[in-house]
Formats: sequence, structure tokens, C-alpha cells
Amino acid sequence: MTDAPVLDVRHLRVIYTTRAGEVTVIPDLSLSLEAGEAFGLVGESGCGKSTVALSIVRYLGRTGRIGGGQILVEGRDLTTLGDAALRTIRGRRIAMVYQDPMASLNPVMTVGRQLMEVPMIHERVGARVARERAIAMLSEVKLADPAGVMERYPHQLSGGQQQRIVIAMALIAGPALLIMDEPTTGLDVTVEAAVLDLVRELRQRHRSAILFISHNLGSVARVCDRVGVMYRGEIVEEGLVRQIFANPRHPYTRGLLDCLPTLGRDKRQAPLVPIAGQVESAISRPAGCGFARRCVHVESGRCTSGSIAAVTVDGEPRHRVVCVRAAELPPWRRRTGAVVSEERGVETEPVIDVHHLTKIYEARRRRRRFGGKRPSVRALADVNLAAARRQTLAIVGESGCGKSTLAKVLSGIEVATAGGVTLDGVEVGSLGVDARSAALRRKLQMVFQNPDSTLNPSHTVGYAIGRALRRLRDGAPADTTDGVARLLEVVKLAPAMAARKPHHLSGGEKQRVAIARALAGDPDVIVADEPVSALDVSVQAAVINLLNEIQATHGATLIFISHDLGVVRYLADHVAVMYLGTVAEVGRVERVFAPPYHPYTEALLSAVPVPDPDHDIPRILLEGPVPRADEVPRGCPFATRCPRRVGAICDDTPPPVQQLAPDHRLACHIPGPELRRMQTPLVGTSSAGR
Amino acid sequence: MSTPAAADILSASPPAAARLRPLARWRRRLTAVSASRPAAVGLGIILVWVALAILAPAIAPYAPNANDLAALANPTPSRTHWLGTDHLGRDVLSRILWGARPVLVIAPLAVLGAAALGSLLGLTAGYYGRWVGVVITRACDIVLSFPVIILYMIILAHFGSSAWNIIGVLTLTKAPIIARIVRGMTLDLREREYVTAAKMRGESALYIMLVEILPNARGPLIVDMCLRTGYNVIIIGVLGFLGIGLPPPDPDWGGMVKDTYGMMMVWPHMALFPCAAISSLVVGFNLLAIGLRELGLRD
Amino acid sequence: MARFFAKHVAFLLLTLLVVSFLVFTLNEFSPGAVARKILGAYATQEQVELLTKQMGLDRPLLVRYVEYLRAAASGDLGYSARYKLPVREVIGKHLANTALLAAIAFACIVPFSMVLGVAAGMREGSRLDRVILMLSTVVASIPEFALGVFLASVFVVWLHWLPGTATLVAGGGWSVASQLVLPVAVIVLFDAGYVVSMIRASMVEVMQRPYIRTAVLKGLPLSRVILRHAVRNAMLTPITVIMLQINYLVAGVVVVETVFAYPGFGRMMLEATLFKDIALIEAGALVAVFLAVATNILGDLAYIILDPRIRV
Repeated sequence: MTDAPVLDVRHLRVIYTTRAGEVTVIPDLSLSLEAGEAFGLVGESGCGKSTVALSIVRYLGRTGRIGGGQILVEGRDLTTLGDAALRTIRGRRIAMVYQDPMASLNPVMTVGRQLMEVPMIHERVGARVARERAIAMLSEVKLADPAGVMERYPHQLSGGQQQRIVIAMALIAGPALLIMDEPTTGLDVTVEAAVLDLVRELRQRHRSAILFISHNLGSVARVCDRVGVMYRGEIVEEGLVRQIFANPRHPYTRGLLDCLPTLGRDKRQAPLVPIAGQVESAISRPAGCGFARRCVHVESGRCTSGSIAAVTVDGEPRHRVVCVRAAELPPWRRRTGAVVSEERGVETEPVIDVHHLTKIYEARRRRRRFGGKRPSVRALADVNLAAARRQTLAIVGESGCGKSTLAKVLSGIEVATAGGVTLDGVEVGSLGVDARSAALRRKLQMVFQNPDSTLNPSHTVGYAIGRALRRLRDGAPADTTDGVARLLEVVKLAPAMAARKPHHLSGGEKQRVAIARALAGDPDVIVADEPVSALDVSVQAAVINLLNEIQATHGATLIFISHDLGVVRYLADHVAVMYLGTVAEVGRVERVFAPPYHPYTEALLSAVPVPDPDHDIPRILLEGPVPRADEVPRGCPFATRCPRRVGAICDDTPPPVQQLAPDHRLACHIPGPELRRMQTPLVGTSSAGR
Repeated sequence: MSTPAAADILSASPPAAARLRPLARWRRRLTAVSASRPAAVGLGIILVWVALAILAPAIAPYAPNANDLAALANPTPSRTHWLGTDHLGRDVLSRILWGARPVLVIAPLAVLGAAALGSLLGLTAGYYGRWVGVVITRACDIVLSFPVIILYMIILAHFGSSAWNIIGVLTLTKAPIIARIVRGMTLDLREREYVTAAKMRGESALYIMLVEILPNARGPLIVDMCLRTGYNVIIIGVLGFLGIGLPPPDPDWGGMVKDTYGMMMVWPHMALFPCAAISSLVVGFNLLAIGLRELGLRD
Repeated sequence: MARFFAKHVAFLLLTLLVVSFLVFTLNEFSPGAVARKILGAYATQEQVELLTKQMGLDRPLLVRYVEYLRAAASGDLGYSARYKLPVREVIGKHLANTALLAAIAFACIVPFSMVLGVAAGMREGSRLDRVILMLSTVVASIPEFALGVFLASVFVVWLHWLPGTATLVAGGGWSVASQLVLPVAVIVLFDAGYVVSMIRASMVEVMQRPYIRTAVLKGLPLSRVILRHAVRNAMLTPITVIMLQINYLVAGVVVVETVFAYPGFGRMMLEATLFKDIALIEAGALVAVFLAVATNILGDLAYIILDPRIRV
């Protein structure tokens, strides 16, 4: 048994050829992994973490090449190997799991065949043996009915199932090194929790070394032993998980942790601190520290000239930082605030009131080739919510819960099937956006999720905002330049932005322009549908702060839809938890995030990955099938997966809505006091909290 | 994959884009186009032919219909007739130069007509979906499923083949192809969030189709228009060859081949040169289309 | 499945009706025109009117159209003025000739373009890819008659290896088989140029997909990645295109037929339109449309069979 590390990357240098010339994306990177160890590589988009993974498997495409350094896997240097040798290693000694499992599976081949290929090619076993191995692997990744799954095609399975299959495909040959590139991004929180736990379990059993790449510090904390933080192609800090999260020494790591809305943070007690500036391109690499321009602790001279050496942190032998001032920085305090429930002034009359809202998508006679109409889908069922002036109502839930449909009905893109929505006293639920008056349209505007498609790529920023001004504001002058400039200022962008087109803007900037556009008519209600989900962590914080500020200064009501419980906890005054079109629980955010929880809320909270290795709470995993969208459950929609299901009553009778406090309702057969007795608090229980 | 990662890194901090004046923008487009070799070559060929066509009256050595009876004895290429003469003694070079003019007028005009009509149809079909979309798509399918040659034969033989008739029939038969492309793009683009934002502003359907959606369909549309122009040149040649093209005696490349290929055993040059002319022009358009597609044309 | 066929057959019938009506209207719009065409330009007006009445051509358009349909349904498509034979016979003979040509050409085009398209798209930007792309572009840019002229000048005029015409009458020392070589070659070259670029484009797109990356990183040999993973996905879109080529092969080859004097369907239609042989035009148009829609249906069917996402 040798002591050599399974993976040993030494001074790796990766160069991309682009139209602008050659760009050194990774100048000098080293890391090593022992057998059975899990190393988390963390960073934001563009930092090069995926490039590291692709370099290790030598799949950089035509534009990338390895310009120097060595990559030793089990002692062999991969940079010197030819194609034939690489083929024996790929899939056998090194396996990879990818971000988008649906796209990573061949759509025209059954799952079974794709699994069986690996042992058949690498170990030259026959079909029967391969099949048995495949089925065994599928049960190991906890897929129900493995034999049946073998005959399915990828599109017939859910996202979580697909990812398990990709993991099974990677592990089936027993590799020494498993590379996971953002494996849970894009999966629902509860699914993600299950997959992460699966990874932990498999690690124990298979003793593979795992290189876990993610931008999500929480998931890294859950799975990994060691962590490396990357910025602009370099590992700026590296150490044991506990060391990094309890005692971060690099300003960037600190910045990341400071701007993360974790479950314990509230906007009043511990405001998010965004990292100034934005990630700079790799084209212009400055002398000195790559983070210098955004660093709050920068000292010009020391930090900006010459290359920075890595230093070991005092008392933590495996903790290294690439920063000259590392030892001088003050100790880091995790920013949490005590969970204070204070009276926040009189609750005023609701500005927007959703009552008994139901939305059913009818069966459309689509071009179904082989018979079968698409059955009707019940997207929203008897939803009751309200938001008062100057309040933030958050709507949280996983995919399929109906939050997007709710946004569409509010904005008028869809029309309610039953029930209604009252906006300032006017019934709008049955009014599509075409039927609404200009005044109504002005009152409710939307901010969307995807910064890349929220602005028309053919129009300049000035045109987009100016058009909104002209359409939404009465009496807007023909020349909107001033109005545009003022709006840009509100969202903290320079007036010169008006001349630019979206593809010159970063994600955060595009989202700010979208916010400016929504503000053009001075709306009373802003519906924000996952506005920060697609942004980098360091940019999210700034946009969240901006939304908060705008709400305060403009007096608008913010309806914030998200799947991210940390952001919701931070930003919202009230929160509604949705499941399969119904409201499971709704109320003041402090109350919802404290017991008694609706069993689904409980599961959600326990599943959220928190970047604190001491965050030790009982994990509640949801087993059982998710009812199909076209099946209307007779009783509680959560009954099929509820860990606290009491009996047949949950399947047959819809749960009663219990009013636990004037501003807290939940729908469950178990009475509130009993829930409170059974449940432990899941938020703010960090033993390292100060 | 590696490429998206690279794009991420490189686009993280974009350069400040100064507002360029129109002329500078065109120059930038030209240099961008010439970045791709096929595009540059294709564009070059097309421009050469355009120049030749415009200058034909000035540089053609003979009048296109003038019969040089003396040359009939030996019509092969010689010093007096660089490309030889045809069976009636007319100078091949001059006829080719003059023949470029109707082609270079008819083909692009037909494409523009098809693009206008097809875009409108495609936008409407894609945006409205349901009823309108189905009807338009079916109608396009019907037109497309008809073998166009036969269509040309029937229509042109019946109505006569003037330049406008040819343009008309080419427009009608090419519009459905463009409609299909535009419809596909519209179906995709109308789900974009900026379209939803426009609806929430209360914009009319016409505004959304023309101002929000159409400009973003530009790229593939332009590539296809280049290809269509090339095909139109072929079709014009084919029509001439079959005898239903532009009426004689004006030089028409296809017609020239029709009159002379029978004599190929003895005087192959008479048919070969017009064939080469057509082919080179079409190659130009096809290369340009390939190059533009490679560049992923984006402004 | 039943619904699929019912819908498409209905569409087929609808199309046939629409087209036949349009063609019918076009040709027989003015009552005097038909009679005049039959009698020729030198007939007097009286003669024209007499014939018109005799043929019943002064009845309303719709009535005549319905009668025509009834006759067609029973197999009587009229009488060809040009060939002096029943239309059915004329079409039958010419269609058979074209079918021969089309079958041989199709059998060559499909494997040829698949091999080249896959080889080119497999590694985009490689030398092989550039060469194939350029060649196929150039070849597809040359109109069929020009291709015919080029090839003929090489193989007939210069090398004397092949005959210059393909009248399907064995004579002058050339067998029927040798007569077919050039026409088939021209068709294959011209059409393959287009099909190769389509398959190549589809292949290039598929090779960018993440599941190809998965296959490669599983350690599969390149041949297996290409053949088992890439090709099946890449052929999804081109399949419909290939089916539509049958369409082209039936009627679009009129040019080739003209160059080589091949007695095929396209040439028959050309003569019919030039000669204003109305009955033949109408029937021929129907046949052409029928084939076109039928190949459309075949293409859709093939797509369904290949793509499990639709089927299952």
C-alpha cells in the first residue's frame, strides 16, 4: 500500500486559444488527494474549477491545452499519455459525474445499455455479467425497481433519478478517482440532500477519492474533508473543512462567507456584505494578487507587485493561504443574529390578496402521435395569501410546487381558473395582461430569473428602459434620457450604460437593468421570480441588497419567489411554503422557520446545505414517490412522502388549515402543539455560533 | 464542456463599447466577415460578378446579340473572341457579361420578397400558435410538398415568363421555407423573458413580433437568405435551360447552354463557359453562407 | 398509431384536392381557351365555340371539376393530346423509367452521403472535414445541367467512355446500363452535395452534446462513440430530409432527363406544359403531389420510429 496520493496535480498550467489571443486560464495550480479523501473545489463561475476537472481527464476541446505541469493519477502522468492509454484510464480509474444529468445521458439508448457498456468495454465481461453488475449498482444508488429502470430511457426518469444513474455509471468500474462537477446544481433541495448523502455513503464503501466541484459552499461542507477555494484560476486558500469555515484567512473566502444568506441571517440584524466589483476576465492578469482590486484589506505595494507565496496558517498545519496579509487579519466572526421576533409596526391592509386561487391547465389536443390526450394539470389549488404594503412576501418551494404558475397569474400571463387575486381592491385574477388597464399594468411589474434572457439582445439598455418609461408612466416626455439616467442611478449603474447592449453586461448588471425596467412605472407590487438564482454568490448579495433598498425607498410590496431558503430567511417578512400547488405553511418568517413546522417545511429546512461543518441537525430524508402532476390527490398532497404521516386520514382527507397565530397558518392533520412537541428547532443551532 | 467555461472566464468583464457611427459599424462588419476564409472568398466572388455586371456595357468587347458571321467558320476561343462564339456567331464573353445582369437582379429581388413574405407568415404562425399557426403551417407544407420544377413549368408556361413572373413565382415558392425557419425561431423566442416583459407593458402583438422577436432571428435568416440566393441563381439557370426562362434573344446563361449543348461533341466551349459562370456565382453565395454560419453572425 | 395515419391520410387527400383544383382552374379557366389549345391558333372563332359546346366546356367550372374527379377516381385520367395515348399509359411508362433512375440514384446517395457526412462531422474543423465541406459545397453549387455538361465533356467528348444520351434504346454500341451511368452520376453528385452538408451539420451538433462527452469519458473507443452514440442521434433530422429527396428524384430530375434525352416523368411534364397538353398536366401534377406528401409521411414515420422520446 503506497503512500502516493491518488491524484497529484503539480503546477498545472492551462491555456485557451481565443479570438483575442492566448489566455492563461490557470497559471499555476497544485493539489493532491489521498485515497478515500474528498476534496471540495469551490469558486464562482469563471474561476476555472471546471477547467481543472476537464484538464485532469484531458478533455479540453480544440481550444484548450495544457501548457505545463503534471497531472499524476496513481503515479502515472496523464499529460504524457496518448489516446489509447487515456482510454484505459477513463471510466476505469477516473470517472466523472456532471452537472446536467439529463443532457449527459444518451437519449436514444436505454439506461441499462449505457451502464453495461462500462464493464463490457473495460473488463471485457459478457452481457449477462454486465447486466447483473448494473442492476446491483442501481440498487446501491437506491433506485427502486432496478430491473425496470434498466429498460427505461433517460427522459422517462426524474432529475434525481438521472443523477443517480450517472453516479452509478461512474462507480460501476470501481474507479480510484471520482470527479463530480456541480453534481447537484439544478436539483431540488430535498433531492440534493438525498444525493449528497448518497455520495457520502458510497464514499465509505468504495474508498474512491472524490474531487467535488461546486459553487455551493454548503454542499461542499456536507460532503468533503478538505476544501480549496478558487479565484481566477488559482487556489487562494486550502485546508480542512473545519479550518476553512471556522477560520477563513483569505479575504475572498471571508467575502464569500459574509455575503451568503444562511438560514440564521436576517436583513435587519446581519446585512449581507457583497464583494465590491466583479470577477475580472482572465485576459488581463495583473502582477500580484488577482483579488487585489476587490479586496477590502488591500495594501498597494505589498499586494500588487510580485507573485504571492502560499503561507501556512499558525497552528493549522494543513491550512494554507495565498495572501501576504493573512496573518494580520482580525479573527473572523460568523455573522448571525439572534432570532428576534419584534413587533414591526401595524400590519396594514393587504395590497395584494390571493383568495382561493385555483389554476388548472386543461388538456390540449397537442400533436400526440400515438393517442392519449395530455391530462389536465392542477397547478394551483385553493391558494390563500396576502401581502401588505412595504412588506416582502416570499414564496418558497421546489419544482412543481406552483410558484411559477402563481407568478404567471399575478402578472397576467395566465388567468385564474377559479378564485381570484385582488390588487389594491381591483380583481385581476381573471384579467389577462391584455385585458388589464394601463393603470393596473403599471401597478404590478415583474423581475425575471434568467439574466441572459431578461433583456432583448438587440436593444440597448437605454431603449429597454426608455420604452418601459413611455409605456408605463403617464405623461412621460418623448425624450426619456433623463428618466433613464435616473433609473440607472437607482440601481447603481452609470448613465453611460444606456448605450450598451446586453451582451456587454455581466449577469449582475443585466439583472439590475431588469430591475430598473420594472421600476419605470413606479409599481406598487414587484413580483420577483427567482431573480438571483442564476447569479454568482458574490453578485447575489448586491442585488438582494438593492431589492431591499428599493422596497424601502419606493414603498413597494415585494413578492419574492425562490427555492433558496437562505435568501428567503434573509429577505422576507412573510413566507409561504408551497407544495404541489397548495400552501403548506404561511406566516411571519420567524414563526415559519421555528417549530411547529409543517412536515414539509421541516424536511426542507433539514435538507438545506449550510456552510458550517458544526451545523448538526437530524436530516429528514423524504422517501416515497412524488404524485404525478396530473393526479389530484384526495387528501394531503404530501401524504405519499411525509415522514410524519399518521394514517389513512392523511391520504383521504384534505388537511385542515390551523391558525396557530394571527400571522401563521399551516395545513396538517397533526395539531400544532403536538408538532411543536415532536420537532426540534432547525435554524440557528450552530454550536459554533457566537 | 471546456468552451462554456472559457466563455465564462472571458466574458466576465466586457470591454467598454463605444457607440460607433454607422460607417464605422459597416467597416467593422466587413472585417468581421473577412475573418472567416469561406466568407471572404464567397463575398469576393460575388462582388467580382457584381462589378462585371455593372460594367458590362463598358467592358464587353461586342454587343451581346451581334452576329459575327466571319467567326462562324471557327468559333473556338481565339484572340478576337476570347471565349469563342456560339453557333450564331455571337461573342460568348459578351453574352456572359451581359447575362449576369438579369440574374443579379432577379435572384436577390426574389429572395427579398420571399424573406418579407416568409417572415411575416413565420412570425404570425409562431407567435399565435394554435389555429392560425396550424393553418399557416399546413398551407406552407402544401406549397413545399409540391415539386417546384413542375410548379414553375405549369405557371410559367401558362402565364409566360417575364422577369416579374419569375420573381413572383420564386417568391411564392421560397417564402414557405423561410416561413418555416422564422416560425421555428419565433416558437423559441416567444418564451423569452423579454417577450413576457413586453407583454406586461401592454405592447401590441405586432410590436412584439416585429420589434422584439424578429431582430433576434436575424442570424439564421441572413444565412438562409444567402443560400436562397444561390439556389435562385441555379433555378434561373434551369428555367433558361428548359426553355421557360427569360425570352430570347437576350442572353440568359441557362438559355445559352440550352442552345449549345447539343453541339458539345464538336464545340464544347459554347456550353461549358456559361455553365462555369453560373457555378462560380453560386459557389460564391454558398461559401458566404457557410462563412456567415461559422461566424455565428452577431452584431 | 391509428390516429397518426388517419390524420396524415386526411392531409394527403386534402392536399390532392387543393392542388388538383388549382391546376384544373388554371388550365381550364376560360372556356374558349381549352378548345383553342386543341384546335390551334389558326382555328376560327366559330370552330372554337363549336368545339367548346361539343366538349361541354361552357358549363360552370365546379361542375366540370367534379366530373373530372369522378372520372379520375374510376381510373380515367383523360387523353393526352401530345402523345395521342390515354394519359394513364403515358404516365405509367414515364414514371417507370424515372423510378428506375430514382431507385439506382437513391441507393447510391444514401450510403455515400451518410459515410461522408459522418466522417466530416465527426471531427469538425479537421482536414477531412474541410475537404468534404468544400467539395460538397462546390458540387451542390453546380446546376445539374452544368454537371451534366461537365461530365459529358469529359467522359463522352474527351474520353469516349460513355454514351452522350440515354434514350433507353440500346443502340449504337451502347448498352442500356452504360447509358444510365452518367445520368445517375449527375443526380448523385448534385443531390449528395446537399445531403452531405445536412448530415454533417447534424453530426457536428451532436458531437457537441454532453452525452458524447460522457461516452468518451467512460473510456469507450472512438468507433463505438461514433457508431453507437452519435450516429443514431445525428440521423434524426436528416432522415426527413433524405425522404424528401425521393421527391426531388421523381420530378426534379427533369433537367438531367433533358440533358441526356431520358424519357422520364419530368421530361414528360415539361413537354406537356410546353405543348399545353391539359389532361396530362393535371394528372401529372396529381401524381407529383401524391408522391410528395407520401414521402413526407414516410419521413415523419421514420422520425417517430427512431426517436424514443416521441414514441414512448
